[in-house]
Amino acid sequence: MNHDAYPDNYIRGILNSVKSIAMVGASPVNVRPSYFAFKYLAQRGYDMIPVNPGHVGKDLLGQPFVASLADIGRPIDMIDIFRNSSHIMPVVEEALTLDPLPKVIWMQLGARDDAAAEKAEAVGIKVVMNRCPKIEYGRLSSEISWMGVNSRTLSSKRAPAPTQGMRLSLNRMSVGGGDTAASDRAAKNKSEQS
Amino acid sequence: MSDRLPGFSTLAVHAGAQPDPTTGARATPIYQTTSFVFNDADHAASLFGLQAFGNIYTRIGNPTNAVLEERVAALEGGTAALAVASGHAAQVVVLQQLLQPGDEFIAARKLYGGSINQFTHAFKSFGWNVVWADTDDIASFERAVTPRTKTIFIESIANPGGSITDIEAISTVARKAGVPLIVDNTLASPYLIRPIDHGADIVVHSLTKFLGGHGNSIGGIIVDAGTFDWSTGGKYPMLSEPRPEYHGIRLQETFGNFAFAIACRVLGLRDLGPALSPFNAFMILTGIETLPLRMQKHCDNAKAVAEFLAGHPAVASVSYAGLASDKYNQLARKYAPKGAGAVFTFSLKGGYDAGVSLVEKLQLFSHLANVGDTRSLVIHPASTTHSQLDDAAKVRSGAGPDVVRLSIGIEDKEDLIADLEQALGA
Repeated sequence: MNHDAYPDNYIRGILNSVKSIAMVGASPVNVRPSYFAFKYLAQRGYDMIPVNPGHVGKDLLGQPFVASLADIGRPIDMIDIFRNSSHIMPVVEEALTLDPLPKVIWMQLGARDDAAAEKAEAVGIKVVMNRCPKIEYGRLSSEISWMGVNSRTLSSKRAPAPTQGMRLSLNRMSVGGGDTAASDRAAKNKSEQS
Repeated sequence: MSDRLPGFSTLAVHAGAQPDPTTGARATPIYQTTSFVFNDADHAASLFGLQAFGNIYTRIGNPTNAVLEERVAALEGGTAALAVASGHAAQVVVLQQLLQPGDEFIAARKLYGGSINQFTHAFKSFGWNVVWADTDDIASFERAVTPRTKTIFIESIANPGGSITDIEAISTVARKAGVPLIVDNTLASPYLIRPIDHGADIVVHSLTKFLGGHGNSIGGIIVDAGTFDWSTGGKYPMLSEPRPEYHGIRLQETFGNFAFAIACRVLGLRDLGPALSPFNAFMILTGIETLPLRMQKHCDNAKAVAEFLAGHPAVASVSYAGLASDKYNQLARKYAPKGAGAVFTFSLKGGYDAGVSLVEKLQLFSHLANVGDTRSLVIHPASTTHSQLDDAAKVRSGAGPDVVRLSIGIEDKEDLIADLEQALGA
């Protein structure tokens, strides 16, 4: 996978298929980005599991914190890592010990570890880096357009009336794969050179 | 649902707009409402805390305005945009996110006269200190950089003379200085020039001009390119530091590559208040749908009129980058190959008096202080838009006493030329 510019179908396929998401580094503090994303994804119907050894014994929006991925005790579809790039590898290594393996490992906005991604992809796990699933869900459903964000999607179909907690259709004509027009161009140049 | 990049004209018609969820209305409805109901208390809290996407109050966001914002962001190749009440409001809101009192910004000397006034006087009273540089001398931008410099501001096509700015060269200076480059793209519109493709980090527009295009609505917009890293060195605390206005949220870490547009909305528009009316947003959106058609016609007409004037015995000089003889023609070929815009100046051998007489004799050209209308417009900048400047500053900004500015409309070019011919000849 070219991690500079993901095809929207790749992201859309992941968000449409996963049901359970373990969020490593989830915070109970309600101004932290991980809290925002956890709450949003839970409201969109994902089965969310907060993973953070510092908060075991508490819960996040009704879901009890667990200390580690191994403590979840049931299969999970996706691991969403809210840690800095330098803390990604140990989480990925732990994920690779799970049975069954997760289908997707997602690293948050600002987080990228290409070596860890390679390890996960080698065993067939899909990897997304430096993206936020909340933003991508909002973008591909066009919900994020309410904030003036360029969703890079078009649709001539009537939008579903949004209500809290519903899953939104992610099927719209897609405009591109990079996170900015500049990264689109960089990815295109790279693929033309190779 | 394959990934496919639609063309500019497709984006001009479709980007951001989807049939209305409730009624199926195909044109974007005018959501003429101040406020929006919450689903419940938690939804309200989530919206106010920036945890959820949605509408609260039209001073902060409005669904009609949001369509306009996404459309212009798409046309400019940005990550997000924020529509505001005017081009001037866009400039205040942008600089409020970047400068603290005592900071400096570098601006091109050749600018819209209103911007020169705003930067020189109003912004000085906020403690935002402008340092001028010359787009014909890129090194003057480098020399102007100090540790207090927070941004560089230029126009892609400069008002009033229609000169073309070497955006890439100035973006190199900005990158080296570690500051974002702001480009006012009003006179080019994204149809002619997309500054983000040339290294701009922020694009601003007066929507009043070519984007709206019909001379009926004032508006402005800010486009975030998503390219600048706001976290370095604590230089941009509005973006990188916990915001007390929102219980300690850090905007860059929360919103990533559209954090600047969010800062402009939730710190700038929310607190300074220059909201765009949804009705104006609707008018401007309708205008944008025909931007590619209009802009090409504006440029083709402008070139024909400039060529006519250049050959007229009463004309001393024509400053239009679309003419092969113009000093900016090379830059025009590089940055604006489809056309060099439709706003330019010329001077008359008869000087000031001949300029005044011309303006009075014209019958199709309207004498007024605007550009980018369907109608052709004429003005004498020295006595109007640039009248607050002293004589030396007028000349430096391309608005000397003998200069007449035209904004060429989309009428038949033969009629425009005939009107100028009768006014010049009599």
